[in-house]
Amino acid sequence: MKVDVVMPQLGESVAEGTVVKWMKKPGDSIAMDESILEITTDKVDSEIPAPAAGTLVEILTQEGETVAVGTPIARIETEAGATAVPSRPSSRDTSVHDGSDRPGTKVVVYRRPGAVTAKKPTTGKRFYSPLVRSIARTEGISAVELESVAGSGDRGRVTKKDILAFLDARGAATAISPALAAPAMARPAGPVEEIPMDRMRKAIAEHMIRSVQTSAHVTSISEADVSAIVRFREKFKDPFRRQEGISLTYTPFFAKAVVKALKEFPLLNSSLDGDRILLKRAIHLGIAVSLDDGKGLIVPVIRDADEKNFLGLAKTIVDLSNRARIKKLVPDEVQGGTFTITNPGIFGGLIGTPIINQPQVGILGTGAIVKRPVVINDAIAIRSMMYLSLSYDHRIIDGAMGTLYLQRVVQYLESFDPKELGWNVR
Amino acid sequence: MGAITYIQAISDGLREEMRRDDSVFLLGEDIGIYGGAFKVTKGFIEEFGPERVIDTPLAESAIIGVSIGAALMGLRPVAEMQFADFISCAFNQVVNNAAKIHYRWGASVPMTIRCPSGGGVHGGPYHSQNNEAWFFHTPGLKVVAPSTPYDAKGLIKSAVRDPNPVLYFEHKFLYRRIKEELPEEEIIVPIGEGDIKREGRDITIVTYGSMVHVSLEAAETLANEGIECEIVDLRSILPFDKAMILDSVRKTNRVLIVHEDVLTGGIGGEISAVISEEAFEQLDAPIMRIASIDTPVPYSPPLEEFFLPNKEKVINALRKLAAY
Repeated sequence: MKVDVVMPQLGESVAEGTVVKWMKKPGDSIAMDESILEITTDKVDSEIPAPAAGTLVEILTQEGETVAVGTPIARIETEAGATAVPSRPSSRDTSVHDGSDRPGTKVVVYRRPGAVTAKKPTTGKRFYSPLVRSIARTEGISAVELESVAGSGDRGRVTKKDILAFLDARGAATAISPALAAPAMARPAGPVEEIPMDRMRKAIAEHMIRSVQTSAHVTSISEADVSAIVRFREKFKDPFRRQEGISLTYTPFFAKAVVKALKEFPLLNSSLDGDRILLKRAIHLGIAVSLDDGKGLIVPVIRDADEKNFLGLAKTIVDLSNRARIKKLVPDEVQGGTFTITNPGIFGGLIGTPIINQPQVGILGTGAIVKRPVVINDAIAIRSMMYLSLSYDHRIIDGAMGTLYLQRVVQYLESFDPKELGWNVR
Repeated sequence: MGAITYIQAISDGLREEMRRDDSVFLLGEDIGIYGGAFKVTKGFIEEFGPERVIDTPLAESAIIGVSIGAALMGLRPVAEMQFADFISCAFNQVVNNAAKIHYRWGASVPMTIRCPSGGGVHGGPYHSQNNEAWFFHTPGLKVVAPSTPYDAKGLIKSAVRDPNPVLYFEHKFLYRRIKEELPEEEIIVPIGEGDIKREGRDITIVTYGSMVHVSLEAAETLANEGIECEIVDLRSILPFDKAMILDSVRKTNRVLIVHEDVLTGGIGGEISAVISEEAFEQLDAPIMRIASIDTPVPYSPPLEEFFLPNKEKVINALRKLAAY
C-alpha cells in the first residue's frame, strides 16, 4: 500500500510550507515516526515524521520548493499488512520540542497535554459559507485575516458582501504600498541594491498593514519608577544565573505586572469578532523577540502566563526567545497570544508606539530604564525610570480604561516586593 | 394585434402546427364538438374535420396507446389529458411504452401530451395536481411547463415538432389570467432552454409555470427593499437548463427554488442537488425551497390557499435568504 506524506499545517494561518532538506532518499527504508524531512514556514522550522513504516518510493517536492498545505510531498510504500496512520495536515504531526537535545538545559515541556485541542478559542466557532471560503482561497486571504473580517449576516456571519468589502479595503492598501516602492517613482538616480523580501518580511509587512487598517490605534504613555526592581536585579543577577542557569532580565518583571493587571482589566485580553467582543479567560502572553541583524521579528507565546510563578515566567521567556532566534519554535508556541509585550528599551529606545498584534487589542511597549532626577516629596532624587507605552484598540477600549490599565501596571512595577517573587537564593 | 391570453396562445400554436403539417392531429375527451373542457380546441373540428380532431372515449390509456401507435406510423398526435391528474390511467403507456420505444427499438415516437395542471382554481385533489415530477424521473421523456403566452405558443410548436414524446404542462390558473402581446412572426421556443424573466444580482429564484408570476411579484416587493432577485424560468423541466441556473448562481450566490408541486420529491430537490454538486463553492447561503405542502390538494378554498405557495411565502423566504 502506498501512503502519501503531505505538507502539514504548521499553524492556523499557515497555508504553505517549503521543503528545506530531505533526510531520506528514494529507496531508503524508514520507520514509523522517523524524521524524513525538514520544512520551513513563515515562522517555524520543523522536522516531519513518517506517517508509516516502509520504503520511501518517491519524492514529489524537491528541496527549496514551496507547496500548499495538504499537497502530497512524498510517497511511502508500506510493507504488506503494515498499518499506517493516515498522514494529515495537522500540527500534531510535528514532534514536541522538549529541549532534551540540548545538554545542560533542564527539560521543560511547555506544551501542556491537550494544548493542541484547546487552542484557537474563536477560529473553529465561526462558520464560513462555501463561497466565502472559496473567495478567501482564490484571493489568498489567510485564516487569521478571515477571522478579522466583520460579518453583517445572520449571527455575525461573514457574507459575500463583507468579504468583497474586505478585499476592496485590502486592495486599496496594497495599491498604496507598491506605489511607494514603485521603481519608476521612488528609485533614486544612483546605484541601487534590490533586496527581495523573504517570507517572514512579507508576512510582517502584511500583518502590520492589516493591523493598522483593522484597529483604531491609540497609544497612552506612563512613567514608572522601577528603582526597586533595578536594585533587586543588580543584587541577585549573579546568584540567579548560578542557581537557575539563565540570566535575570527585566522581562519577567514586566510580564508579571502585565498579567496581574490583565486579570483586573479583562477587556484588554479580548478580541473583536464582528460585533461581538470575545473576552478570553486564558492569558497567553506574547513576547516580541527581534531576530539578529534586524532580520525580522517573532512573537512566541507564554501559554497561561497567569498560572506561572516568577521563575516559571523567567525560564519560559529565555527558552522561547532562544529558540525563536534559531527558528526552533513549534507552531503552537507562536499562536494564540492574547496580549503582547514588546521592548524597544532593549535598544535604548525611550518610548515606542507599538502596532497591535492582531487579533489582540493591546500591546505594551517597555522603554529603556534610565536614571533620571525626579521629584519625590519635594526633593530631587535620582531614580531608575522607564516609560511604558500601551497601544490599544479604541474600537472597544476607551482612553480611560486604557490609561487605568497602564497605571495599574505602573503600580505593580513600583510596588515591587522581592518577598512576593517566591524566589530565594538557596 | 392585441394582447392574447395564455390559453389563446396554446390554441394558436396548435392551429399553426396543424395548418403547417398534415400529419399533426388531436385526440382527447370532448375536444371536438365541445371544443375541449377549457375550449383550447374551440373551432378546431370545424376547420380541420373530425379525422384530425378526434373525440375519444373516457380512456386515457387508450388515448396514449393510440397516440403511440400513430406516432410510430409517422403521424404527430397531440393528446389532451382533460386534467393532468387523469394521466395516471395511462401511466404505463407513457413511462414504459412512449418513453422507452426509441431506446428499445430505435423508433421515433413524435407525440405531444397536453396536461392541463395546477391548482388555485378550487378543483380539489383530482383536478389540481402538478404531477410533472412523475415524468421528470423517467428518461426518454421531455417535459415542458410554460409560464407566459409567448412561451406557451413557442413550446407547443416545439413539442409538436420534437421527435420524442413531450409532456406539455399547461397551467389552468394562467389560462385566462396572463395576457401578452405576441410578435407577428413565428414563435419557436427550443426545449431545454430557460429564460431569465427578471435580472438581479442578489438572489436567484429558479422556478417555472404559475410560480414565475408569484416570484415576479415577490421580486418586485424585494426590489423596494434594495434586494434584486434574478428569476430563472426553466420553461423546460426535462431537460432543464443547467447552464443558465449555474450561471445565475455564480452571479448571485444565493438560491430560492419555487414550484407549485408539493415539496417532497418535487423537481426542486434535484435542482438543489445539481447546484450543490456543481456550484457548492459559489454558495453564500443554504439553497432554499418554497413549494406546496405535502398533502393532497385541498378542496376548501382557505385550505387550498394555505397549501399553495404564494407571494408572502416567497417574500419571507427571500428576506431570510437575504439576511443570512
